[in-house]
Amino acid sequence: MFGKLSLDSIPYHEPIIMVTAAVIGIVGALVLGLITYYRKWGYLWTEWVTSIDHKKIGVMYFLVALVMLIRGFADAIMMRSQQAIAAGGAEGFLPPHHYDQIFTAHGVIMIFFVAMPMVIGLMNLVVPLQIGARDVAFPFMNNLSFWLFAAGMILVNVSLVVGEFAKTGWLAYAPLSELQYSPDVGVDYWIWALQLSGIGTTLTGINFFVTILKMRTQGMTLFRMPIFTWTALCTNVLIILSFPILTATIAMLTLDRYLGMHFFTNDMGGSQMMYVNLIWAWGHPEVYILILPAFGVFSEVIATFTKKRLFGYKTMVWATAAITVLSFIVWLHHFFTMGAGANVNAFFGIMTMIIAIPTGVKIFNWLFTMYRGRIQFTTPVLWTIGFIITFTLGGMTGVMLAVPGANFVLHNSLFVIAHFHNVIIGGVVFGMMAGLSYWFPKAFGFTLSEKWGKRSFWCWLIGFYMAFMPLYALSFFGAMRRMQSYEQSEWQPLMIVAWVGAVIIAAGIACMVIQLIVSIRDREKNRDLTGDPWDGRTLEWSTSSPPPNYNFAYLPKVDSIDSYWEMKQQPGGFKRELATKFEDVHMPKNTAEGPIMSLFSLFFGFALIWHIWWLVGLGAIGMFVTFMFRIFNKDTDYHVSAAEVEETEREYHKRLEMQA
Amino acid sequence: MDPSGQIGQGLKSLIITAFGLMLIVVIPVIVMTILFAWKYRGTNLAAKYTPNWEHSNIIEVFVWAIPCVIIFFLAILTWQTSHSFDPHKPIASEDETMTVDAISLDWKWLFIYPDEGIATVNELAIPVDTPIHFRVTSGTVMNSFMIPNLGSQIYAMAGMDNDVYLEGNEVGTFRGRSTHYSGEGFSEMLFDAHVTSDADFQAWVDKVKQSPKSMMFPADYDQIAKPSIANPVEYFSQVSPDFYGDLIKSYKAGHGGTDSHGEHNEARESSMPMSAQAAE
Repeated sequence: MFGKLSLDSIPYHEPIIMVTAAVIGIVGALVLGLITYYRKWGYLWTEWVTSIDHKKIGVMYFLVALVMLIRGFADAIMMRSQQAIAAGGAEGFLPPHHYDQIFTAHGVIMIFFVAMPMVIGLMNLVVPLQIGARDVAFPFMNNLSFWLFAAGMILVNVSLVVGEFAKTGWLAYAPLSELQYSPDVGVDYWIWALQLSGIGTTLTGINFFVTILKMRTQGMTLFRMPIFTWTALCTNVLIILSFPILTATIAMLTLDRYLGMHFFTNDMGGSQMMYVNLIWAWGHPEVYILILPAFGVFSEVIATFTKKRLFGYKTMVWATAAITVLSFIVWLHHFFTMGAGANVNAFFGIMTMIIAIPTGVKIFNWLFTMYRGRIQFTTPVLWTIGFIITFTLGGMTGVMLAVPGANFVLHNSLFVIAHFHNVIIGGVVFGMMAGLSYWFPKAFGFTLSEKWGKRSFWCWLIGFYMAFMPLYALSFFGAMRRMQSYEQSEWQPLMIVAWVGAVIIAAGIACMVIQLIVSIRDREKNRDLTGDPWDGRTLEWSTSSPPPNYNFAYLPKVDSIDSYWEMKQQPGGFKRELATKFEDVHMPKNTAEGPIMSLFSLFFGFALIWHIWWLVGLGAIGMFVTFMFRIFNKDTDYHVSAAEVEETEREYHKRLEMQA
Repeated sequence: MDPSGQIGQGLKSLIITAFGLMLIVVIPVIVMTILFAWKYRGTNLAAKYTPNWEHSNIIEVFVWAIPCVIIFFLAILTWQTSHSFDPHKPIASEDETMTVDAISLDWKWLFIYPDEGIATVNELAIPVDTPIHFRVTSGTVMNSFMIPNLGSQIYAMAGMDNDVYLEGNEVGTFRGRSTHYSGEGFSEMLFDAHVTSDADFQAWVDKVKQSPKSMMFPADYDQIAKPSIANPVEYFSQVSPDFYGDLIKSYKAGHGGTDSHGEHNEARESSMPMSAQAAE
């Protein structure tokens, strides 16, 4: 009846997991209870769960990302604590069985369920507004993408309590991830969590690619698009080209595990080297999928807060495009030590270094944007300056790793860990935090507390350096990654320094949470009615905050790069005047098909993990039937009547005038 | 980092050179960031302010040229060192190169000395100043063979014949390990690598030859391949003639003559009691 699933699958004997589960259970019950008490289920269903509004979907992505950041960080602090203790033969508090799951979960969660949803969330919130569109090209698909991603996220979290997660490292290298060496359900959780969320990501990529190419407002040529939209376009090209590789690779691993095939097994003609090549053919573009939008955020932030045009707009665009292309021909630098010949290694090493050229150019362009500007040191600017310095160092260690000779001694060591945290925290996380404080007022209509934002920044910055600089140092003494314990007790002091760094980052996360709480409490004080709290340059600041569901009552016309800024520079300036005549606005309708399909996909994935075949069938049929229902459903759009638009706009202008 | 072999020393100076080259651009960037941020702070109204300045050919030339030049030199360095430090390249030496086979198992290293006809588990001895040709493969999942003090690492993969040339130029005992995560016993997949004088090496070989145990493929191999953690050092005085080749061939031929590759399933699951035995 329940396949491999039984009551024994729950790890009662692991106090850490049981306590965590209890806390999650209590908090969860409390949240559900409050929703019930305040009778908010209907509101949640109609306004959020079934919503196709790109802004709300963006907010939901970001919310999930922040929650998962805490989960991923809990894994991180456990690892750092273990390594601070388990020196010179000490076992620490985490046995290999648990430690190996934790570093796997940490990597998977931070990449797939924190960094990705932050990037996709920001794209959702910002891109349609920046290009002057009313929604994305495929609104239903956008909702479906989010809920498929959510299903994957739920599977990862279920693995905490029911069964176990993979003990293979975040990329589940074969043959370790094959049935022969990982017979437990951990790898199956990894497979189905990534397949569901990965398909969601592919759909998002297609959606935003089409949106950016087809739905720009009048006059917005490609070379008038805001830089963030450019980086989003390049990221979506990368998603479309690379995520199918991930899906296919995991599908082959699935065939190996479920049907006894031999794509990546040791024997019967399987090739583990093929697995490693394929996973990195996706994996390397993936890091640019994450970093390019962060570059976009910094470009927007730095131009806005220096009150100055972005230096070298065209250079920025071409540099971004160059990185996009190059990111596909460097994957082998993740495994120089596999033993390819010197020519192959040299080629991939040099290609990798060439990426440093456009990246370096971008750094210089941000610097020359600051040059002769009037820099306002807001929270997003602090994140940006912190990024420029930190990322430059991370880029340097990256180029060092790209020299194959150097890589033969640095590979698999803590140097690699320090390097990629240097670029992912210093680049992606700092970028997303800058984006969060920059665009938060657009989504909610009030600004975030600067005081707590800056505190969070300083904690993250100092914490990062304390946590990861010691790892660079340790790598030169032979410290490798993924060690549950180590003999050399002389490494312990630096491991403890790294642990302190992690604790400071924890304070940074706490400051973020406090920032949100304090800002929501003081929202009336920090209310921004103009829709343009930073004196912005691009179209998203020309509409109200939060924008009405149709974004713009009239689609704006564009004739320059920083079009909204230019409008404000006209004699007489930009006035938020009420139009005299309104028109019907054509909008998509909310839909329940996305969440329902995803719920069935969750059953489907869970059932496959535990071999509950009847539930697999139910999930598959459920998904198919819901999808058919959607296809034949003609009632998918409606018109917001001119009268309704007028009422919304009048209401907004009344509030504007009252404030004035 | 304190390398004791020529490869390791060469790589150390390579890392330092690359690091130095990049500091040429990294230091100015960091200085400029702090300088610009300070000088053009919003409250400094004395600083020049050009809100519409967005392009300068001269600056554009420099921001492209500087990274290009540095990467050009790094690329030359990379091309040369990729060849000179190619792990597959034999080390030029007056001494004859010695062959040692390193086989990663769950979670221990099996070393075969084909010319001496001996084998060991978790202990390696090599004569000083002699180039060693390590042939590297795996009897389990992917691992990576490395003795950090001597230099380069190389992946150990089942069914694959990989190799790395290393040389110890200082007498001493160094720790070697798998650097590539391979499962439960990974952290303790360590071995001692003794770099000895020629006489000491011969004495060590004689000591190993005293062992009553032999390492024949596949019978003895199937025993040693069973998962164990922190396996004690073991010596084997006899080895089947082409042990290394036979092991690789067994994968090429599917399950081959031995069914040892199929047993891991049960063995992995019961690895905890086994490791306890090994610890005793």
